[in-house]
Amino acid sequence: MAYSEKVIDHYNNPRNVGTLNKDSKFVGTGLVGAPECGDVMRLQIEVGEDNVITDAKFKTFGCGSAIASSSLATEWLKGKTIDEALAIDNMDIVEELALPPVKIHCSVLAEDAIKSAINDYRVKNGLEAIALEKSHH
Amino acid sequence: MKQPIYLDNNATTPLDPRVLEAMLPYFTEKFGNAASRNHAFGWVAEEGVDYAREQVAKLIGCTEKEIIFTSGATEADNLAIKGVFEMYKDKGNHIITAVTEHKAVLDTCKHLEKNGARVTYLGVKEDGLIDLAELEAAMTPETILVSIMYGNNEIGVIQPVKEIAAIAHKHGALFMTDATQAVGKIPVDVNADGIDLMAFSAHKMYGPKGVGALYVRRKNPRVKVTAQMDGGGHERGMRSGTLNVPGIVGLGKACELCRLEMESESIRLAALRDKLESSLSEMEESYVNGNTQHRLPHVANISFKYVEGEGLMMAMSDLAVSSGSACTSASLEPSYVLKSLGLSDDLAHSSIRYGLGRFTTEAEIDQAIEVTKKAVNHLRELSPLWEMFKEGIDLSKIEWAEH
Repeated sequence: MAYSEKVIDHYNNPRNVGTLNKDSKFVGTGLVGAPECGDVMRLQIEVGEDNVITDAKFKTFGCGSAIASSSLATEWLKGKTIDEALAIDNMDIVEELALPPVKIHCSVLAEDAIKSAINDYRVKNGLEAIALEKSHH
Repeated sequence: MKQPIYLDNNATTPLDPRVLEAMLPYFTEKFGNAASRNHAFGWVAEEGVDYAREQVAKLIGCTEKEIIFTSGATEADNLAIKGVFEMYKDKGNHIITAVTEHKAVLDTCKHLEKNGARVTYLGVKEDGLIDLAELEAAMTPETILVSIMYGNNEIGVIQPVKEIAAIAHKHGALFMTDATQAVGKIPVDVNADGIDLMAFSAHKMYGPKGVGALYVRRKNPRVKVTAQMDGGGHERGMRSGTLNVPGIVGLGKACELCRLEMESESIRLAALRDKLESSLSEMEESYVNGNTQHRLPHVANISFKYVEGEGLMMAMSDLAVSSGSACTSASLEPSYVLKSLGLSDDLAHSSIRYGLGRFTTEAEIDQAIEVTKKAVNHLRELSPLWEMFKEGIDLSKIEWAEH
């Protein structure tokens, strides 16, 4: 299968690989997927004043499209408010990376990772978790 | 060095230039139909086919009359299994095969199940070999056929063919083997091994695509199969259709080259394979899949834990290899062969198959080692699972969101 140039670029030069201190109350961590399914994403956000995401990091076990989806997600998250981040839709990722139908689940996983990281941050800071749509992939 | 390096010789092999040379005249001046009995064009084509039949027969130790040319191993598997089922249905309806067989065998068996066959799918031990006691226990008076592959396409393990044949014969059943990966790579002798039917293909042994053969035993016992294609009654009535003369000539030449060069080639390839495997096994958390004693000389299947196979192949774009990862197929299911060894899904997802061949050089293997190590290390840096493993977290204790 041929990958799009953008997937290859993110794959070869992944942005924001790394780890934030998961115990910090300013950091939200999302860990989604399962090793048995062939992809696991860990996405972390650091939230500053006015609910603005100041930093984002990821590590991903998965195919090139999964790595590219999470790399792109971290790029998009930085500078966004939590509310703006919640509005990121998996189809935006599909479009930006030109993912083929068989790889759409990678973008769904990235969206799940964003929401799960935000919820982790919210719960840590005494807020209610936002109900997530149960994704099917 | 040519890039990418081709290490997928279990999928297909390049045509040996000597094979091409033998084939070429049969496309142009020797274009006749081998079934044309009344003129020189037909005779010349038939002569080419007859000579090829001898070359093929010599490689596997049978007579020329026992070779049925087909379009490949898939057709030969279909003809053997469906043909035996139809021919021997008065004797019984039970077929025994194994879960690690190629789809050409498994799906043929599934098809027959809809037509009244009862099929037993034997499991395999964690080294990929079937349990002979289990086979013996599965035999019934209705068993007409045991179909077990010679060498496995994904992990290269060689089944105890002689012992399997003996058990089948003891219970009055025929023994068929899909030997696509074995013929031409290791010595295969249908009489010494007790094989009644055997499918194989030219393009796995440096011959052309689109041609293969089914060996059908003629003596002790005389085996018959019902034709699956109706027509002009070619190939002793078992396989109608104008003979693919250039392809058959190519298969013959490929068999001859394998017979003459197999011994030195298998020693050379096993040494290269061992070098590849031992270097890559030095890496932490890498595992060789399948039995390492009874296997083909040119295959290595290795799982690199905590990295995903398709992602890994992308990082190794200088290498043409294959992976048991789900992501390489549309099904999202990892390799059924690796899973049947008892490998967990995550290890199956992390597997890479290296298939060496006649034209693989030591310099290529050295580069493959380097490229693989670099890619695995790179992806482990990206892998949350690797980080957790390094922190001593037991991944099996985590509640993963299955998706």
